[in-house]
Amino acid sequence: MRGGQVHLDRRPVLRGVDLTVRSGEVVAVLGANGSGKSTLVRALLGLTPLSAGSTLLYGVPPARFRQWWRIGYVPQRLSVGGGVPATIREVVASGRIARQSRFRLSGAADAAATDRALEAVGMADRAGDPVQALSGGQQQRVLIARALAGEPDTFVMDEPTAGVDAASQQLLADTLADLVSQGRTVVLVAHELGPLEPLVTRAVVMQDGCVCHDGSPPKAVGAHALPGHDHVHPHAPEKPVGPLDWRPIP
Amino acid sequence: MIDLLQFDFMQRALIAALLVGLAAPAIGTFIVQRRLALLGDGIGHVALTGVALGFLTGTAPVLTAVVVSILGAVAIELVRERGRTGGDVALALLFYGGIAGGVLLISLAPGGSNATLMSYLFGSISSVTVQDVWVIALLAAAVLGVVTIFGRELFVLCQDEEVARASGLPVRFLSLLIAVTAALTVVIAMRVVGLLLVSALMVVPVATGQQLTRGFRSTMLLAMLFGMIATVGGLSSSFYIEVPPGALIVLVALGGFALALTLGRFVRRSRPRESQP
Repeated sequence: MRGGQVHLDRRPVLRGVDLTVRSGEVVAVLGANGSGKSTLVRALLGLTPLSAGSTLLYGVPPARFRQWWRIGYVPQRLSVGGGVPATIREVVASGRIARQSRFRLSGAADAAATDRALEAVGMADRAGDPVQALSGGQQQRVLIARALAGEPDTFVMDEPTAGVDAASQQLLADTLADLVSQGRTVVLVAHELGPLEPLVTRAVVMQDGCVCHDGSPPKAVGAHALPGHDHVHPHAPEKPVGPLDWRPIP
Repeated sequence: MIDLLQFDFMQRALIAALLVGLAAPAIGTFIVQRRLALLGDGIGHVALTGVALGFLTGTAPVLTAVVVSILGAVAIELVRERGRTGGDVALALLFYGGIAGGVLLISLAPGGSNATLMSYLFGSISSVTVQDVWVIALLAAAVLGVVTIFGRELFVLCQDEEVARASGLPVRFLSLLIAVTAALTVVIAMRVVGLLLVSALMVVPVATGQQLTRGFRSTMLLAMLFGMIATVGGLSSSFYIEVPPGALIVLVALGGFALALTLGRFVRRSRPRESQP
């Protein structure tokens, strides 16, 4: 992406972001709520239109991109609205859509990929259950399995760890470690990295719609390292405490 | 049942009912999943203007109804896509415009009156001609064809529009396809249950099916089965007890829903794992 800008309801959400994700990287997009993390990854994929700048997927603008099977997008939530039930297997199998042609029935390769994806997230024994009956963490696993089923090169995950129990987070970390060892590219949005931290090779920290840090993942220090800490000004540049500063000297 | 089939008009009516009972719930499953349960109603209201336009211009009302309801369905879809807020108000405007337009146009048509519209509002299945049966069969085949060919893509779209986009699916084309298919369904169901009750055939069998199933495909197949039972059952009983078939068809469908609701509770109770959060 070059100079990417996004306005939602005339409010700038991204203010000129340059970002290139190289193949094989595990990029974590970090930042406080409302800093533009989710908007950034959605704009990268062309899901949110840019008001200025440009974005390319494998060198092609999203409108002309044809190799969507190379990308596995994991949205923040499973939308279970509408009320028509769907089984876990049906949802996961739908991840094959970008690899299927319209006039051909699903084949053995589709079924096998679906099985592998269900196995990878530990949902194989529940494949016939409706997704509506699952907890948040389990739904997140189904969403990831749906992306896995498509066997893409690049995974784009929007807050895969938000509201997910510790066991599911660990399972996610193991699944990701597998993908990384196969050389897949991963871009994930996160508020907290948790067990994903050792996997991340590059961190992009967003603040007010700009990238304020791009490089090695920042090590959480002091209170930031504790779970459940308060993010008041995460990663904001600290002002020096001088003689005229009202704050008490620590 | 055998004596029913001795009458030609009843044979035609039964074929029409069967086809509508099959096609309406098939597309209805996607419409319910998209939270557009009232789409059929909206299109039905607009189709009334189409029917009146047919009488006014001396062309076949079914033809003008197809054209006008497709236009209406596309308009509804575009409104839905543009603004999330005010979408229901825009729909309501279209509802009332459709009815008012129909009543106004029919009064301008030679020899037309609100009584002419009645048979379209509440159905007139016993007056279905051979030609009507062919038109219904053709349109039903089109609806079932769309569901068979595009079913997989429509499933992804109805689950999550953004994921559909990130899978490279033609989201706008598919959304319009649902709207247009719904419009065709409304027109074929118009003769069977009437415009005011069309939506019931798209929604009620689906609501019935989902009480008993856990999957999308099984819901759809069950809904199609219930749809056929309701249309054929309602129509043939109306022959014996002499009540309007459209109303009886819908009431049979609703009765089936009530039954499935009770039955579904037992089914769920016997599968305790599913009820866990």
